Amino acid sequence: MRVKLEKRVQISKYEIIAVRIASIVLALLSIGLLFIVSGIDPFYAYSVILSGVFGSTFGISEVIVKSIPIGLCSLGLSLAYTAKVWNIGSDGQLIMGAIFATWVALFSNFPQVLILPSMFLAGFIGGLVWATVPAFLKSKYNVNEVIVTLMMNYISLNLLDYLLSGPWRGHGVFNYPITDEFPKFARLPSIPGTRIHYPTLILLILLTFLILFVMNRTKFGLEIKAMGDNLEAARISGIDTFKNSLIVMMISGGLAGIAGVGEAAGIQYRLIRNISPGYGYSAIIPAWIGGFNPVVVLVASLFVSALFVGGNIAKVSLGLSYGLINVFNGVILIFLISSEYLVGYRVRIEWT
Amino acid sequence: MITKPLIKMEKVSKKFPNVIALDNVDFSLIKGEIHALLGENGAGKTTLMKILFGMLKPDSGTIYINGKKVNITSPRDAMQHKIGMVHQHFMLVDSLTVLENIALSYEKKPIIDYNEIEKKIKEISERYNFYVDPKSKIWQLSVGEQQKVEIIKALCGDVDVLILDEPTSVLTPIEVEELFKALNAMRKQGKSIIFITHKLDEAISISDRITVLRKGKVVGVVKPSEVTKSDLVKMMVGREIAEMINKDKYKSNENNIPLVEVENLVVFNDRGLVAVNGASFVLYPGEILGIAGITGNGQRELAEALIGARRVSHGKIKILGINTTNKKTRDIIKLGVSYIPEDRIRFGILPNLSVTENLLLTNYDDPRFSRKLTVNYHSFRNVALNLIKEFNIVTPNLQTPAKFLSGGNLQKLLIARSAVKEPKLIIVSNPTSGLDVATVALVHEWLIRMKKKNVGIILISEDLEEIIKLSDKIIVLKEGKITGNFVGEAKITEVATAMTTKVST
Repeated sequence: MRVKLEKRVQISKYEIIAVRIASIVLALLSIGLLFIVSGIDPFYAYSVILSGVFGSTFGISEVIVKSIPIGLCSLGLSLAYTAKVWNIGSDGQLIMGAIFATWVALFSNFPQVLILPSMFLAGFIGGLVWATVPAFLKSKYNVNEVIVTLMMNYISLNLLDYLLSGPWRGHGVFNYPITDEFPKFARLPSIPGTRIHYPTLILLILLTFLILFVMNRTKFGLEIKAMGDNLEAARISGIDTFKNSLIVMMISGGLAGIAGVGEAAGIQYRLIRNISPGYGYSAIIPAWIGGFNPVVVLVASLFVSALFVGGNIAKVSLGLSYGLINVFNGVILIFLISSEYLVGYRVRIEWT
Repeated sequence: MITKPLIKMEKVSKKFPNVIALDNVDFSLIKGEIHALLGENGAGKTTLMKILFGMLKPDSGTIYINGKKVNITSPRDAMQHKIGMVHQHFMLVDSLTVLENIALSYEKKPIIDYNEIEKKIKEISERYNFYVDPKSKIWQLSVGEQQKVEIIKALCGDVDVLILDEPTSVLTPIEVEELFKALNAMRKQGKSIIFITHKLDEAISISDRITVLRKGKVVGVVKPSEVTKSDLVKMMVGREIAEMINKDKYKSNENNIPLVEVENLVVFNDRGLVAVNGASFVLYPGEILGIAGITGNGQRELAEALIGARRVSHGKIKILGINTTNKKTRDIIKLGVSYIPEDRIRFGILPNLSVTENLLLTNYDDPRFSRKLTVNYHSFRNVALNLIKEFNIVTPNLQTPAKFLSGGNLQKLLIARSAVKEPKLIIVSNPTSGLDVATVALVHEWLIRMKKKNVGIILISEDLEEIIKLSDKIIVLKEGKITGNFVGEAKITEVATAMTTKVST
């Protein structure tokens, strides 16, 4: 018997989906072993998690709630990664978006009807400004954007700490490092009975199709795809690689900023230190799984968000430690990322 | 005398998803011979050798070394059997030095003894007259120099059999001579060499035996003394092919407005050293200006300065009477300038994007298939289909990623791309390196057709014969200076001399 790997010349959409599903099934089987080691019947565990996530309105709605910030960040990252601009700073950009929006909500004297639109605009600008620093350093002085964006995350976190423990700390909050609650007109409406702040969700869906259009139909989309594939060829063909890498980084920062607005105005109704439990980092995964295709990335964001929610349920219902939940999530992601290889290659077994 | 073959490959077959690359191929190599493997692009030469080198697994067939059946499953196996290979697309790490690259493939101990390796490199360099500075980084070297590194790397492994994949496609005549001298020296020392090529003259002049492949089958094994050139062409291509020559006598065009005027140009390279040093020339419409010279003497920097992709530090460039010195590439392209870069894979192709997107790369802001912000892929489809037909690009379809196309088809794709806009000036660099006879003829025919349409052409090439055959005027670049200037017919020896004159500084 010989096992052979053959390069695929072309692969159909159905084959890609089949590979993905197979890898998730395999991952769940391996995690089953971990459940057994922890003394839990894997079938019971899965039924609890699955019914928790998909069997109740609460579970499903929470998946959607968490997919909003993950999806927004991931969408922006897909755009940047298409141009091979490696933004790792979504988390910091999200925080800056939330900070800018909070300023509008609590400290500006804008007319009430303009507050929510201004918060989105301010959040977008906040994330964008935060991304401009690494973008400029990269374009102008060729400073590695991975390091700068990552460092900027810590700066924004410390800025948040400073604001919450000092100038912006609320009056009736018993010295907790949080701001006052936003006034009613600065809160996003939700679908009744859930935490789904639908204006942000609608924005996410619109932006997904807008970016799909940008990538596949516009000159700019072709330019960034060309840059990502062969920077040298793009430069010689007259593409302004300096300008374009600046733009993709700024847009991806802006989208993360919008995610921050959603979290502050739609979930917390105030600014808190834990405004992002690492959404900006988690968003890297769906961008890769989705191959930077906005629609697929959106679906992948739902999946990653379901992992988050499933982890929470397992923690509460099965009494598993959160560390173990992270292991489960990690296993699933490793399987998914490894399956990438099988999208490019076909395994053929020859019986001789 | 019947000599027992050192290597024997029997009934080797290999299928790729869409084609049969090798169909029951037999091949044998005798100790101490130079054996040419001759064939067109896609004939299966490289595939056969990748199998011998353990990079590909054959679907069927056996390999014998010294009469013993062997199973080579990786390049490591091949190297243990003392087989080395120099690939057409170099396998070097760009950001490392020559020394580090060679250490990377041979040093097995955890602590690298760089002195030892450097000594070995020096010894090989001297023995075969093959000098490269071990301390330079790969990206700083010209293609020709990078090849030397590859050969030295292979020789450092103490090989008995050296496989060279199209080694001369990146070399100048002088470098080719150097290489051939080195190969002869290796033959004298009992090394066997397999020489993959599509160039007849080379196969005839260097080899002891020639195996001709066509479409995955062996057409014949011959001795160069027993065949003529045209016999070999027929074996290779299956029909006869006429050579394209720029037959029109050179006419002075100097009453016209010049298309390109370059004055005292100074340009720096990536290392920050002077690459083009005070070059001046004029090109008129309907002329082919050949720029001869060994790669790495400022050709790329000159071309990039002309299209605005590299800063000009002194001097002036005028295209169509407009000062384009340090103008944006996009604006220069808009004047009707097309650039077909050297090393198409590195500078020309978007490997993972489709054939359509590759054809669009320099054309997407053409108003015929774009609006202000958007590209109209639908209206480009027919243009793309016509280009594929006109330039005979072999591709499964328009959505196929470019990386699946062969070298010849990639070059045709680049030419097709630059033909979309009806250019006024074409700057083309090594347009036929690594291409088979039929594609070379197609490229040359296209250049002459463009010239007749009054397009000005700057032909940068390391292939002197190509330059002589096609150019109306020739300048020679050496260390960034123009060391030769020929108008009308030039003799190959005169140009070659200018290529090697010492430049006074």
